Amino acid sequence: MPRKSLVVRLQKAFAPLAAAASASLFLAESASANWIAPEHGGSPNADAVHSLYVILLVVGLIVFFAVEGLLIYVLWRFRASRGHEAKQIHGNTTLEIGWTGGAAVIVVVLAIVSFFKLGEIRNPPNSDASGFTTTTIAKDPGTNQKLPPNGKALHIKVLGFQYGWQFTYDDGDGNPDNDVVAYRDMYVPTNTTVMVSITSRDVIHSWWIPELGGKFDAVNGFQNWTWFKVPADKAGTQFRGQCAELCGRGHANMTASAIAKTPAEFKTWLEDKKTEIDDAKAKAAEARKLVDAGETLK
Amino acid sequence: MAAADVTTKTAERTLPKVPLLTTHSVERELTGWKAWVLTTDHKKIGIMYIITALVFFVLGGAEALLIRLQLGTPDNTLLDPQTYNAMFTMHGTTMVFLFVIPIMAGFGNYFAPLQIGARDMAFPKLNGLSYWFYVAGGVVFYSSLFFGAPEAAWTAYAPLSDDAFTPGFGTDAWIFLVHLTGISSLVGAINFVVTIANMRAPGMGWGRMPLFVWTILIYSIMLIIALPVIAVAATLLLTDRHFGTHFYDVAGGGDPMLWQHLFWFFGHPEVYIMIIPGFGIISEVLPVFSRKPIFGYRAIAAATASIAFLGTLVWAHHMFTTPSPTAVLIFFMIGSFLIGIPTGVKLFNWIFTLYDGAIEFKTPLLFSAGFLSMFLIGGISGIVLATFPIDWQLHDSYFVVAHFHYVLVGGAMFSITAGLYYWYPKMTGRMMGETMGKWSFWLMFVGFNVTFLIQHSLGLDGMPRRIYEYEDIGNWGTWNLISTIGSFILAVGLLLSMINAYRSLKKGAVSGPDPWRANTLEWFIPSPPPVNNFDVVPTVRSVEPLKDIRQEVAARSQTAGSKDAPAPAAH
Repeated sequence: MPRKSLVVRLQKAFAPLAAAASASLFLAESASANWIAPEHGGSPNADAVHSLYVILLVVGLIVFFAVEGLLIYVLWRFRASRGHEAKQIHGNTTLEIGWTGGAAVIVVVLAIVSFFKLGEIRNPPNSDASGFTTTTIAKDPGTNQKLPPNGKALHIKVLGFQYGWQFTYDDGDGNPDNDVVAYRDMYVPTNTTVMVSITSRDVIHSWWIPELGGKFDAVNGFQNWTWFKVPADKAGTQFRGQCAELCGRGHANMTASAIAKTPAEFKTWLEDKKTEIDDAKAKAAEARKLVDAGETLK
Repeated sequence: MAAADVTTKTAERTLPKVPLLTTHSVERELTGWKAWVLTTDHKKIGIMYIITALVFFVLGGAEALLIRLQLGTPDNTLLDPQTYNAMFTMHGTTMVFLFVIPIMAGFGNYFAPLQIGARDMAFPKLNGLSYWFYVAGGVVFYSSLFFGAPEAAWTAYAPLSDDAFTPGFGTDAWIFLVHLTGISSLVGAINFVVTIANMRAPGMGWGRMPLFVWTILIYSIMLIIALPVIAVAATLLLTDRHFGTHFYDVAGGGDPMLWQHLFWFFGHPEVYIMIIPGFGIISEVLPVFSRKPIFGYRAIAAATASIAFLGTLVWAHHMFTTPSPTAVLIFFMIGSFLIGIPTGVKLFNWIFTLYDGAIEFKTPLLFSAGFLSMFLIGGISGIVLATFPIDWQLHDSYFVVAHFHYVLVGGAMFSITAGLYYWYPKMTGRMMGETMGKWSFWLMFVGFNVTFLIQHSLGLDGMPRRIYEYEDIGNWGTWNLISTIGSFILAVGLLLSMINAYRSLKKGAVSGPDPWRANTLEWFIPSPPPVNNFDVVPTVRSVEPLKDIRQEVAARSQTAGSKDAPAPAAH
């Protein structure tokens, strides 16, 4: 029976491959460096993406070594120069159903694992008690917004433009005109859930700071929501990123940065910034009065 | 036989002695340049497609090398951002619209009619038209170099591609390229479908059609589905740019997401349009050089069709980072995962075609084996990218660049090279040099992996694509330098194959009709084939008609030898 012998030979061929595959498991376990897995450490969702990636990497490496191993074995074993005679087989239904089923099982398992991880990645947790005091965030219907269980978070509006980012710290009073606005560096408190709503003023940009989770496109006319929560031990860290959607000639220089501060430091920074802005506004209002009164400004 | 005898007898008895064949006029056979420019012969058109596509490939390759040179060191100032953006826009557009799709059309043109035993395509004049529309598209597009090249990437995302952000001729040239090459491919695709449906040799049912012809059929159907959509999208962009409409402009009530949906509804099938004829080439080469029938003919044909079907339903996996509801992301993730199943089936069927064979390591087989090993990597990284939470990290990073180059260079490009080495003897009557071919393979294989494997790491470390300069963060400098070195090794490998093809025109060993002992009908006729292809079209009894013919010839000459006293088969 040529059929049986084919299956038996296959099993023999797979034995060393299975060993190679399990060795790759250990390789992936130690793979925390950035060359083999995405960056993480700044936020639980980035960590969850990282661990989901490692699972897929391990499965991928097993498939890789098994199939490449089989290919190389077959090429070496059945080369014509060894005088092997070709067997005129047209197919083998059992085997073919086998690998169709095998591929389906792998795909289904990966899909299930992804769904298990999805909640961790997609749904923001509550802020810690030690975090920055936050307010309830208004529901943004028709978007991909997901709120923490208690509905409270620090809301930062990110606006992309050619070529930079504007950050508006929503103070929750419903009036955007008195919110603190910053450019270049986004200061964020640790232990605090930060909800980010992203949009653009002109072309499409993409907000991406790898250690704080995935990237989200900034599209004019749309709100794209994500979140992050920087752990306490990362206070003082600057997280680096840059625009990930081609936005014109300055695309390469459209960097993004987030600087983590302790909740207390952040509170001081926000208040200072607020005072600064209020002072500037007051000065502007004074100047406006003078102009309205017909005086020329010096 | 009997019917023919009767007619002959009738003619002798009753018909007057006049020529049996009458015609209104006889056209003189064209010579010189006219023989090429005015031709409607599918073989000449096929060769023109292949050569033109290779010319554009050299241009696109030069652009790629400029990109790699610029990225070789951090903060490089070789190219300014405008030139750099133009280079990657032209590189992507050239490779997709002016190289891979047309060269597949070239192979299809030359070999699909031969493999089904037809004397030409169904519509020879339309066939010529499609070629010249393709040339026109390429010329219009490259003329933009003199007027301001496009710089909104091959995806031309609105609103960046709108006149407010990229005024000038470049994006318009891109739109005209899409239209002209679109008409070319659409007309060509209809021609393929009609030819394959109606002009197969007697006995060649759907289940006996060579797998390459199956893939050309599926490639054509996908083109017919996908191309009208990009034509619409590009027309709307044109009117937005010039006639005051606001299809993609939020301020005017338009929607920038509309572009992405329309573009990727074309763009994702496009990926399969580029790779599926490559699957066909691999399915032809592997059985020939392992001296075995293809393993699971039906499974491979069915898997190709299901890849094509699923491939038209997964376009939004290019849009995982856009503001879209999670339910949509899940749908497109599952759809993309499903493609992994038929792709896996094909890979195993190919490997088992080699299993228990007698594998001859000629250059076409080397390139096919290279295809299998690298397409696998592209497939695995594809599953990783299809998982949308992971895609949030990897989208638009160098990981994606690495992924699609594994599919399109490791996949399409290697299968094209395999096809070139495999079919060159049929097209020219000469063999390509084996030694040079093997050198070319190993240089390309090593160069390709050095260039693109490391780009996965660059993406994982946070390097976005389409940036003209970067600071030396982490290992970006070193890794980019490795990639740049690899790209030049790859280029040398490719150059060797091109020199090989040029040299072999005059110096190659004469091939004869069937140098590989192959299985399909194109090897039944002389190399290069005569204008009418087949004087006699053989009746087809299996997927491997030529193997049947060889066996029958062997059997008959044996019986003939045993009957006649002095055996001629002795030497």
